[in-house]
Amino acid sequence: MAMKPVTFTLNGLAKAAFTEDGQNLLDFLRRGVGDMAPKYGCGQGGCGACTVLLDGVPHLSCLTLAETVEGRRVDTASGLAGATISPLQEAFMDRFAAQCGYCTPGMLMAATALLAKNPRPNRDEVIEAISGNICRCTGYEPIIAAILDVAEGRVGA
Amino acid sequence: MSRVQNTLIESVRKVVGWVPERWLPGGTPDPLIGRHGAVGTQLAQLDGPQKVRGAARFAAEVPLEGLCYAALVNSPVTRGRITRLDTAAAEAAPGVLLVLTYRNMPRLGLVPLMGVTNLGAVGNSALPILQDDQIRYNGQVMALVLAETQQQADHAARLIDLSVDTAPALSDFQAAKPEARTPASILVERNEQSAGDAEAALRQAAFSTDATYTTPGHNHAAIELHGVTAHWTGNRLVLHDATQAVAPTAAALAKLFGLRREDVRVLSPFVGGGFGAKGFWDHQVLAVAAARMVDRPVRLMLSREAVFRMVGGRSPTEQRVAIGADAEGRFTALIHTGYSVMPPYSASPEQYTLGTRSLYRAQSYRFGQKHLDLDIVPNTFMRAPGESVGSFAVESAVDELAHAMDIDPVELRLRNEPETHPLTGTPFSQRALATAWRQGADRFGWDARSTMPRARRDGEWLLGMGCAAGNFPYVRMPSGALRIRLTRDGQATLSTSAQDMGMGTATVQTQHAADRLGLPLDAITFEMGDSDLPAAPVAGGSSQTVSIAAAIAAAASKLTVELLRLAGNASPLAGLRAGEVRLAEGGLVCIEDPTRRETYGDILTRAGRDEISVTETGAPPLEIFKYAMLSHSANFCEVRVSDVTGELRVTRLLGVFDVGTILNPRMAVSQLRGGMIMGLGMALSEEVLFDERSGRIMNPGLADYHIPAHLDVPEIDVTWTGIPDPRSPLGARGIGEIGITGVAAAIANAVFNATGKRLRDLPLTLDRLIGAEGA
Amino acid sequence: MNPFTYRRATTAPEAAAAAALPGHRLLGGGTNLVDLMRKGVEHPETLIDVTGFSQQIELTPGGGLLIGGAVRNSALAAHPQVRRDYPLLSRAVLTGASAQIRNMATVAGNVMQRTRCTYFADPAASRCNKRVPGSGCDAQGGFTRYHAILGGSSACIATHPSDMCVALAALDATLHLLGPDGPRALPLSEFHRLPGDTPHLETELRPGEIITGVELPPPLPAMRSAYRKVRDRASYAFALVSVGACITVENGHFAEIRLAFGGIAHRPWRATRAEAALRSGPATPEAVEAALKLEFAEARPLDGNAFKLPLARRSAAALLAQLIGETA
Repeated sequence: MAMKPVTFTLNGLAKAAFTEDGQNLLDFLRRGVGDMAPKYGCGQGGCGACTVLLDGVPHLSCLTLAETVEGRRVDTASGLAGATISPLQEAFMDRFAAQCGYCTPGMLMAATALLAKNPRPNRDEVIEAISGNICRCTGYEPIIAAILDVAEGRVGA
Repeated sequence: MSRVQNTLIESVRKVVGWVPERWLPGGTPDPLIGRHGAVGTQLAQLDGPQKVRGAARFAAEVPLEGLCYAALVNSPVTRGRITRLDTAAAEAAPGVLLVLTYRNMPRLGLVPLMGVTNLGAVGNSALPILQDDQIRYNGQVMALVLAETQQQADHAARLIDLSVDTAPALSDFQAAKPEARTPASILVERNEQSAGDAEAALRQAAFSTDATYTTPGHNHAAIELHGVTAHWTGNRLVLHDATQAVAPTAAALAKLFGLRREDVRVLSPFVGGGFGAKGFWDHQVLAVAAARMVDRPVRLMLSREAVFRMVGGRSPTEQRVAIGADAEGRFTALIHTGYSVMPPYSASPEQYTLGTRSLYRAQSYRFGQKHLDLDIVPNTFMRAPGESVGSFAVESAVDELAHAMDIDPVELRLRNEPETHPLTGTPFSQRALATAWRQGADRFGWDARSTMPRARRDGEWLLGMGCAAGNFPYVRMPSGALRIRLTRDGQATLSTSAQDMGMGTATVQTQHAADRLGLPLDAITFEMGDSDLPAAPVAGGSSQTVSIAAAIAAAASKLTVELLRLAGNASPLAGLRAGEVRLAEGGLVCIEDPTRRETYGDILTRAGRDEISVTETGAPPLEIFKYAMLSHSANFCEVRVSDVTGELRVTRLLGVFDVGTILNPRMAVSQLRGGMIMGLGMALSEEVLFDERSGRIMNPGLADYHIPAHLDVPEIDVTWTGIPDPRSPLGARGIGEIGITGVAAAIANAVFNATGKRLRDLPLTLDRLIGAEGA
Repeated sequence: MNPFTYRRATTAPEAAAAAALPGHRLLGGGTNLVDLMRKGVEHPETLIDVTGFSQQIELTPGGGLLIGGAVRNSALAAHPQVRRDYPLLSRAVLTGASAQIRNMATVAGNVMQRTRCTYFADPAASRCNKRVPGSGCDAQGGFTRYHAILGGSSACIATHPSDMCVALAALDATLHLLGPDGPRALPLSEFHRLPGDTPHLETELRPGEIITGVELPPPLPAMRSAYRKVRDRASYAFALVSVGACITVENGHFAEIRLAFGGIAHRPWRATRAEAALRSGPATPEAVEAALKLEFAEARPLDGNAFKLPLARRSAAALLAQLIGETA
């Protein structure tokens, strides 16, 4: 299999790495680049655990070919925290929204994109934005509550 | 599963019944019950920061030098013999390191099945793993391909050429019924139990209901896939696993590969959801064998499809529930029997009649389960095995009877609340289901329910309310070990191999340890998820919290004795015995005279010690034989059903839980609500599509196996009675499974109330509501 | 996944030329194709990325809209003119899949997506005449909940899964194609084929042709339209049955009616018989009932999907009743 170079921006840093023919972005990020935050949950777009932002827009990295991110901006949950965690992450912790923690990185990215586009979403908009992310532990309510905490200024105002 | 076991268990129950309470665990209530300490507070999840940073390393994410990647080939047929397995093209493919088949797989023994007669065992399947050319179920592993990259392994796996001489398979539930087996026992209970002549009483009853209920197969669908990273160093094995059974997995691997137990280390600090699925299956064995053969670390992560094909789910059931009642609604007969699938190589009997056996008082009973031997991936335990689907049948039946008698369904249940265990007469350790019913009816606004079906409407939508009870036994595992290490600076480290699939085990046990040892929360470190730590049993049956709690209590008692010995004659504590002191405020305090006290640091300093360490095992769980110990729930539900399309939307759910002490309300709410949503999924959409013609699962993915998404989930209200169980450590009972029980029945009952249609088959999909009327 | 080569096309003619080559497949958002490649259903040797052009939504001289083939589903649903003039299209797209998938999926890819028949998606163990012509169909007698009640054949009972296409059919949309013989246009409702004996031939697309865009005719004055999707899960699931309708009513009579169904046939099902029966006739429940009966007269439901017949008729009747009510 041929290896091809891909250059892109990952969480604000320039990256260059080789991808194999046919490699999806999820495997490329995890194995090729070592960013384990996006998760493999189904491989067919059925769970949202692999959600990353491509140029700020939520995408399923398991169905995205690695080569297509050439020259683009990729953001994952690894890049959300600086020296301290972000208000959204803090809200997730406070609400026990990250129970087993496996759907969390994808959920955080869907929520991040929502809040960037619409900083004051209502409950229905929150639900719509994360309805492509499946959680089997929490029952969703803590996740919705955490996002609304940020939207309504209860965390990290 | 044997008659011998029945005799043994019944003898223990009899003997323990004679033994004075104070000699037994729980005979004297845990002194921490009702104390306002760290237990009961909303401590935040301790591993939250790692999880929200995406920095929690799951088993298939551990970085290792020289890692190679595995892909599997699963059987496309159900029964047969491999006639051709050409691996040449795969072996020649780029990057391929090994193709493992039955021809070159090391010869291994069978994995002992987990079960009540072998509590240390962990196997979910008693079938050989890549040991011969026989195919025994659809999806069985045929080959493993190891390559430098996952891409290469996946590609090469496609190049394997498999031919099979197919053989007739058993995959038809109805066709298998004449050959059904009747096991002697179901877990620790005698299977067939009866009192009086229930069938005769049913025939003579003033009111009765007698119907068949079916539930399909279910899949756990934890979002994390099963994954392992296996790594050998000489004769020592390290396995990074996603498991609910850390120490038992290490023991099983040691036995299987002929290693000393101390030469196997299983690490599982994070598990992305379990629900019963994260046990010991073929993939661990395959990865370990492959890693040994290539002498490199191996990563094997199952695809979602492979999880459906290789990790069994909940068995389908067909259940008969019949209830007879007198004119006042008192049950004169209660019958719960049925069929589920359990091939002889499976460990899980899907105990759907067990919950019913203690739920109601009746004048006569008949209970029993039959097993069908189909050629399937071994079915296994899934959240509230038995009670989840059993409660659908019995609680639907109670609703049917209530409607037939024109009695409020809550009231009918209250009239049949038992005072003691209905079959054995054993006292309940604590049971406040009646309180939960009253509390729930009030909170939900139950009195707004119309007793007549189809009476409430909003446009095309019919509205209805329903309710149902749930229950789940208290389980405490024997033999959980735990170490407490206290250092001179007043820090305590508690260590046990136990596992956390997201429930917050480390967090609540840190709270518990702070109270038990009289230390602040930040003085406690709780280590787990490592088989090198003192061995804890499997996390199942909602048992882990109380099992660890008992181990902490036992270790704390031992620590007290050791500290008093160490304190010696120069201490203010000199001469005191263990029963005369308690652990408080960072040290030992005399109960009678609190001025006699000394800190842990001072005791250790005087003794010239940097630390003290004790390891102890929780007392055997004999309390479960002395008392009937169960959690209960009262579920309330409101639904809307489209009169046009039959679409069903659950708009409100309330669960009132009688589960003993709540250790951490924030986490408990989430655990209980998560369970209720799994019950919602069971009611609305979850169904493994098992094609009985081929024996193959036809929806092996999350796009087709529908677990609830956000928009399916209504407002869910969770509350509890908050009454501690005087017979359990901390007064707690497990809460991992009770949430799912009763929910599907509550929804089905609400659907009846809305539409007048009684649905006795899950899931409650719209086709069952609108039928197939002619053109 | 089998190894393949990935290339980007920068213009429609370049993509069309590449599409004519053996083993070449066009890649839009990849939400369906990449999944089918992973499952071993599709084995392209070369993927031509066609997301780099035809990305605009433009007003046509006649007052309609021309939607580029590479427009993402989410952009389509959010477009102000679509939301204002063709609300059922916006609605249909939003009921499809999840936000992430809509962000990725393209309009042309949505039209070209393949059936979700579970036997089609199981090359390891199930027979399928679409995958291997003449091999047989394991869906017959199997799980047919998502299968056709109209227009099926003994060779295939699969359905087209798109929501968007149902709305496009109801809107009388036209596909713009580009091929070796130049551009041509085809009504969307004639683009997808019925299975017959050749279920592997799913569309009228000729070798070397690509979809460059979809054209919507100008909205009719006083048109009311709606889309209703019935499914097993409240979000994130394919339609069991969906209905899209556009009507104009004058003096209690249908001046225009366009009705299309999803989830019941191998193509988005334009209910031409019912439309013909209703057009110019009274806009009453009785007329609608009779017309729907006519439309489904040749339905051949199976054991596993017989419920779809009443479901489709009731859903359509309710939807039309709602629209008639809005025009009153």
